[in-house]
Amino acid sequence: MFNRTAIAPLEYTRKLWMRSWVGLTMLFLYAPLVVLMIFSFNDSKRNVMWKGFTLKYYEKALNNDSLVEAMVNSLTIAFLATVISLVIGALAAVMLWRFRFPFKGLVEGTMSLPIIVPEICLGVAFLIFFAKLDWPTDLAWPLNLSAITIAHITFCFPFVAMVVRARLASFNREEEEAAKDLGATEWQAFRDVLLPHIKPSLVAGALLAFTLSLDDFVITFFTSGPDTITFPVKVYSMVRFSVTPEVNAASTILIILTVALTFIALKYQGVKGIAETH
Amino acid sequence: MNEGKQPIIEIRNVSKRFGKVTAVDNISLDIRAGEFFVLLGPSGCGKTTLLRMIAGFEMPTEGQIIIDGQDMSLVPPNKRPVNMVFQSYAVFPHMNVTDNVGYGLRISGISKAETRDRVAEALELVKLSGFEDRMPDQMSGGQRQRVALARSLVMRPKVLLLDEPLSALDAKLRAQMQFELADLQDKVGITFVTVTHDQDEALSMASRVAVINKGEVAQLAPPSDLYEYPANRFVADFVGSVNIFEGTLTLDEPDKAAVDCPGLGKIYLNHGVTGPHGANVWIALRPEKIYLHVPGEGKAVRAAAQDAPDGHNLARGTIKGMSYLGDVTLYDIQLEGGHIIRVSRPNLSRHDQEDFTWDDKVSMHWRADSPVVLLS
Repeated sequence: MFNRTAIAPLEYTRKLWMRSWVGLTMLFLYAPLVVLMIFSFNDSKRNVMWKGFTLKYYEKALNNDSLVEAMVNSLTIAFLATVISLVIGALAAVMLWRFRFPFKGLVEGTMSLPIIVPEICLGVAFLIFFAKLDWPTDLAWPLNLSAITIAHITFCFPFVAMVVRARLASFNREEEEAAKDLGATEWQAFRDVLLPHIKPSLVAGALLAFTLSLDDFVITFFTSGPDTITFPVKVYSMVRFSVTPEVNAASTILIILTVALTFIALKYQGVKGIAETH
Repeated sequence: MNEGKQPIIEIRNVSKRFGKVTAVDNISLDIRAGEFFVLLGPSGCGKTTLLRMIAGFEMPTEGQIIIDGQDMSLVPPNKRPVNMVFQSYAVFPHMNVTDNVGYGLRISGISKAETRDRVAEALELVKLSGFEDRMPDQMSGGQRQRVALARSLVMRPKVLLLDEPLSALDAKLRAQMQFELADLQDKVGITFVTVTHDQDEALSMASRVAVINKGEVAQLAPPSDLYEYPANRFVADFVGSVNIFEGTLTLDEPDKAAVDCPGLGKIYLNHGVTGPHGANVWIALRPEKIYLHVPGEGKAVRAAAQDAPDGHNLARGTIKGMSYLGDVTLYDIQLEGGHIIRVSRPNLSRHDQEDFTWDDKVSMHWRADSPVVLLS
């Protein structure tokens, strides 16, 4: 115990006060989630006292047709919104990076508006917009999700554009010129040189868009029709009566799903690649 | 100039303006097939813009560029028979060496077998065999440059363009690459066009150099002519180190000339100048062409300067500065008129630099064929 080396100035992780601070932060951030997950296994109707382990609320949640439908709706919307935001966002970023055109600053500012405008305003705006358009609400699945999906794309794609734009700033344009110099067409240069460079930012942008869409409540609440309940809206309506372990179980499934997705994305792209994006 | 070879690149009255800035101002020059051509100039002189116009990344505002007899005005970069090695090398970071070098062949639809052979051949040429699977971030700057070279050479271009190829390398490696590039050019027989701001690079590699100043060609000549017979003050000053004195042409005959320089003294040349009598001219004198003597050796000085009439090509002064560079020592000598002249002296023995030191009075002379008379 006497051969411990002295703590160097930058070895913060070996200092007690630093460790306890990190520990407290973690506790503050994750304790509610852990409690939520633990009580999803609680054999009691109420979420107050631990009455023993059970999986019956998972069974109940999975047999709750409207809950499952809401979950499927949410995932579908998130998937569509992500794919479309990715395309629009990446193209917008490339446009802003590549070209000079009149009112460029205005376009850039307007584009990030959905990030700045309070969600509640966007929600009301969409409500009025779709009502004025007389947007049909009685379409077959998944077309009945179109209004929500459009709304989600609106606030998701600026995030993708921002992340991709940041990544583009570090692109060496000589690489693109080199590709063309070697005979590549505009499209081949984009596919072979620019796209690989922005790939990490596309993964990061997709993750952002997916999670933003999946857990959005406010805007969805205003744009959903009577038959298009998403998961957060459904949970909200369930909680209005009482917080049963069924809600916990459903939430736990959602958490595991998003964590798994993030994990796969990071694994596929490498944490480093995504971290370098910013 | 014309050795009967067909020019591979003809630049005809090319100008390039960016808004109000003129980067290239009405340049015309021919680059001959198989030569190592260097565009030399200070930063911002337009040399890189000219190179990028040859590659097709910039369009001339006026004039035309003809490569191998074909007007390039409407030909995009990917269709030109030239390839470029970029200043940043621009090696594709997500591809290994083989994929980088084979990229151009792959997208032009060359068969896999041929691509493999040609990539191997190109890597051998740049001495990178054995690095096939390396990623660019596992290589040094010099190695990445070789990848960029191989990637261009594998396309068998008619002209290889190099943008400041040695600027990012350390001094030792730079000297080595200078020889290797010249050697490589000799081997492949492709025309090389290089842009550089480094005169050593230009002098050591080039068969011909175009010195560019403010978007115009200041002089186009082989390296030794550029150094020994600069056409104007800009070239004399930019290429190598030089002493320049203003003077008046007092004698100008076919086999001799004389210039009266108030700052330096009477200059005698053993050749004619063909300038108007009494014209304002400049004398350029290279530091290594000036001999230093201890003042007492007056006879020796006079004997050494005997190819000029008495009192010509001689000067006296006091050493005001010295810098020992190992192989040579540079002396800054204040002349009797107050001007400073720089003299370099090879250290032929270990103790040479001890012969002269600060505040020593010295005499100087130079040969009658050493000074260059500049009219502009």
